[in-house]
Amino acid sequence: MRYRILAAALAASAALQFAGPARAADLEVIHWWTSKGESAAVSQFAKAFDNDGHGDKWVDSAIALGETARSTVMQRVLGGDPPGAAQFNPGRQYEELISGGKLLDLTDIATAGKWDQVIRPKAIGSACLVDGHWWCVPVNIHSNYWAWYSKPVFEKAGVPEPKSLADFIAAAPKIKEAGFIPFAIGGDGNGWQIQLLFQDMVTEALGVAKRDEMYTKKSAEIAGGPEMKGVFTQLRALKQYTDNGYANRNWNDTTNLVITGKAGLQVMGDWARGEFAAAGMTGVKDFGCMIGLNEAKPVVSTDGDIIVFFKQNNPDVEAAQKRLAALLISPEVQVAFNNAKGSMPVRGDVDMSTADPCMQKSLKAVEDPANIVTATNRFITENTNQQLNELVAQFFADDSMTADDATAKFSTIIGNSD
Amino acid sequence: MQRSWRQRFHLPAVIGTIPMILVAVGVFVIGIGFSVLWSFTSSKLFPTYDFVGLAQYRRLWADSRWLVSVNNIWFFGLMSISCNMVFGYLLAVFMDQRIRQEDLFRSIFLYPFAMSLIVTGLVWQWVLDPNLGLQAAMRNLGWSSFSFAPLVDANTAIYALVVAGIWQGSGVTMAILLAGLRGVDEEIWKAARVDGIPTWRTHLSIVAPMMKGAFATAFVLQCVGVVRVYDLVIAMTGGGPGIATSMPAVYVIQLITVRQNVGQGMAAATMMLLPVLVVLGFSGLVLWRRNRRQGARV
Repeated sequence: MRYRILAAALAASAALQFAGPARAADLEVIHWWTSKGESAAVSQFAKAFDNDGHGDKWVDSAIALGETARSTVMQRVLGGDPPGAAQFNPGRQYEELISGGKLLDLTDIATAGKWDQVIRPKAIGSACLVDGHWWCVPVNIHSNYWAWYSKPVFEKAGVPEPKSLADFIAAAPKIKEAGFIPFAIGGDGNGWQIQLLFQDMVTEALGVAKRDEMYTKKSAEIAGGPEMKGVFTQLRALKQYTDNGYANRNWNDTTNLVITGKAGLQVMGDWARGEFAAAGMTGVKDFGCMIGLNEAKPVVSTDGDIIVFFKQNNPDVEAAQKRLAALLISPEVQVAFNNAKGSMPVRGDVDMSTADPCMQKSLKAVEDPANIVTATNRFITENTNQQLNELVAQFFADDSMTADDATAKFSTIIGNSD
Repeated sequence: MQRSWRQRFHLPAVIGTIPMILVAVGVFVIGIGFSVLWSFTSSKLFPTYDFVGLAQYRRLWADSRWLVSVNNIWFFGLMSISCNMVFGYLLAVFMDQRIRQEDLFRSIFLYPFAMSLIVTGLVWQWVLDPNLGLQAAMRNLGWSSFSFAPLVDANTAIYALVVAGIWQGSGVTMAILLAGLRGVDEEIWKAARVDGIPTWRTHLSIVAPMMKGAFATAFVLQCVGVVRVYDLVIAMTGGGPGIATSMPAVYVIQLITVRQNVGQGMAAATMMLLPVLVVLGFSGLVLWRRNRRQGARV
């Protein structure tokens, strides 16, 4: 009798084991969300995944600086030990991972979740939808086209708040006289911050249509034209308003100069707003935001972040990966994450009534498709991207390089890009 | 006299070195072979075997960052090796004066070499940072016009690297040359003194030539160190400002990992291999000649 009970208990437990849900899994996620605002945002993902009811666990692998994090992911993939998931920017950074068959196909849950209908604008979904298959989850829309400025600094210097980059350059000498750093920038990571500024200036100078033409047709002619020379000349003008500590500074230390009222203005994507929010500042009275380097011509870019999942050859882990993928795009997680991060959600059917004045500006601009700028990374490979980083950083650092030289080199890089 | 094979290769010695031979062949020869092979392919993120001839080399030598890197390594190499040898020798002579606390001084001079460059490079970066280090300190003390920020100026950053390289390398050069100095027979000094030869002359014309071996060792070590200089640059400038302090090793790692351009990275690595082979060939030649001369004497 006793044996029979034991046997029944054993059988029951075995049955439970097999009939129950798939086993929980730990997923390592590599990302470069390391600043204060960013880690507040990513903890929303971790919290949601840890409490998804399956006992899964988010294993956080935060690596500072995008290019370092991306190269770590690539080395892990090449070495045959890919992480469960990883962050990328939408674009061509991961095209070889797709063609090399390294990524988990998410098409089934994307179909179940109607991703093709809820994700807007279409351009952000197309970063993940390649040849009819979904290879990644877009998690946010960031616009690179922003300038952030300290209202107290402009007030103390006695100059009006800027409405365009040209306004700012005109006001910069007075800000410098008042003892502030007029223009805050950092030169870490091969100069990506300088290139972000540069790309914003390129779009402002060429206009969206001509800029898209330059990148899609690899037009050395447009790249070598007078507008580009004007951009380089303006970039040189901006340099004299920076401080000499810029060389190795990262973006959030740079933002902090504006937050603490040491510097006047920084050109950076809207992830900078997460830093202002984390410092307890609001966009109405403490800091100002200028959209698209020119308030008269507002633009929003479809940059942002996507999450890819790597094939693991383990059905339990792949099930957990798909659970995470579905979770990342669910309305509640989207709102919690994007509010902390300062970005726009990738789906239009969520409540954004809590958005601050800066985000209201971008939500308004995004309504007109003519204002939407395709992310530069969609057009160029990481190789070209880094070549441009180097060119712009070299021009910015080396005052003996003329605007003509730089324009010629820019034209060569664009003409030879693949 | 021709020695037999058995005399030249002792079986236990051969067995003992097998792991080392396997590692050398497996890691170095095969690894380098693949590097060279892939430098002729169009490999991007993943290595492929799509051969494109010398196209990667053409792109490499048209890349301004590579050209800057090559210029930098020549400048850095010439400056740091020559200064290291001079300072190292002077330090060794100084240490050889039977000074008190010699052990302490030797430790101090060797200390930079014993520590990781990532750590010391970062300390250098902080000291030279205009907002944190020397400049800020002097200004806080009241000297408000003091300006010293070599790392943030594209024209001077390379000098800061050279100074850090000398600080790091002259200690080990001193140690090697000091061993060489100590190996010189005391009788030679006495004889020179009896003949009334000034000390500097004895150093230059008698002792230095006798230390050829120590000089060659120190020189080869310095050269190899210069060719693969990486951590110093990464810790101090990250290759910047702009691309002003980029070096070939930094370039190779950048292309392979960040730029996802394995083919061109391997082409750069192959170009780096050439001077190393020349240096190794040179040191091999020195060793071979010395062995032959000693063999002839016996």
